[in-house]
Amino acid sequence: MSAWVLFVTVLLACAVEAVEALTVVLAAGVGRDWRSAGQGVLAALTALTATVAVLGPAVGRIPLGGLRLVVGALLLVFGLQWLRKAVLRASGLKALRDEEAAYTRGLASARAAAAGGRGVVRDWYAFTLAFKGVFLEGLEVVFIVLTFGANAHDVPLAALAAAVAVALVAGAGFAVRGPLARVPENTMKFVVGTMLTAFGVFWSTEGAGAHWPGSDAALLVLVPGIALVALGYVRLLRRAERKTEKSERTGATA
Amino acid sequence: MRTLRAFGRFWYDFVIGDDWRVAVGVAVALGCTAALVHAGVDAWWLTPPAVVLLLGLSLRRAAKR
Repeated sequence: MSAWVLFVTVLLACAVEAVEALTVVLAAGVGRDWRSAGQGVLAALTALTATVAVLGPAVGRIPLGGLRLVVGALLLVFGLQWLRKAVLRASGLKALRDEEAAYTRGLASARAAAAGGRGVVRDWYAFTLAFKGVFLEGLEVVFIVLTFGANAHDVPLAALAAAVAVALVAGAGFAVRGPLARVPENTMKFVVGTMLTAFGVFWSTEGAGAHWPGSDAALLVLVPGIALVALGYVRLLRRAERKTEKSERTGATA
Repeated sequence: MRTLRAFGRFWYDFVIGDDWRVAVGVAVALGCTAALVHAGVDAWWLTPPAVVLLLGLSLRRAAKR
């Protein structure tokens, strides 16, 4: 697999999660205390880096067949989760994530919470809010970095892509000084879900002992094939939704 | 005990997500692929349609809710 596919997939996945984490950190910083929020971000990034540093080499030691079956299957289940959510959002059955609204809600909760610090942390609420926001969103990225990176034999490149995405989103957040509401999160989620599902299918099937016709070239069919299927489902769901709305309107006027 | 349960719940939600049937379906599809390979059939063709079907059924369940 070419390195750029790994790089771009992890970069997009990490950017989506970083945009969501940025919203939480901004709410913690603006609504409470920037220093404590910063400490929370630093603590979460340290914990995530340690997780990659410990689990990365461990995953790399698993024999290739077993790795491709187990990790490929996990990647497939995870990819299907992303794709399912993206299809539901694109078809209008699930609301699109609104960063402005999430920021406003987070800010209101942060301002209403009780004050108080612990040890070197001046505001414990801001610290834990930022820590949880970054750590929980970051865990998904760690999972993708480890599974995708290990199967492609390049965890360091996957980790680099994640670091670049964090730097880009943090830089954009600093420039805008607000939540990044204009980022096409669902389109990015759709692309990442498609890639994770396609590579998950490829690796897990190989791990089960089967051989793809054309070897790696099979991915050139799998990736667009899964994207087309997902787009087809979006169309079907939209049509079904319109039909339901129409029959409800007819029922209401009758 | 409550912490342990919350920990398990977190990892379940994290890996399995909203629809456990998808994870079970993936496991069954891969198990069948491995069994067919063991029996001498190169069953690379089994997982892609299984994934298309699993995604479609999961979306249908979500749409009905």
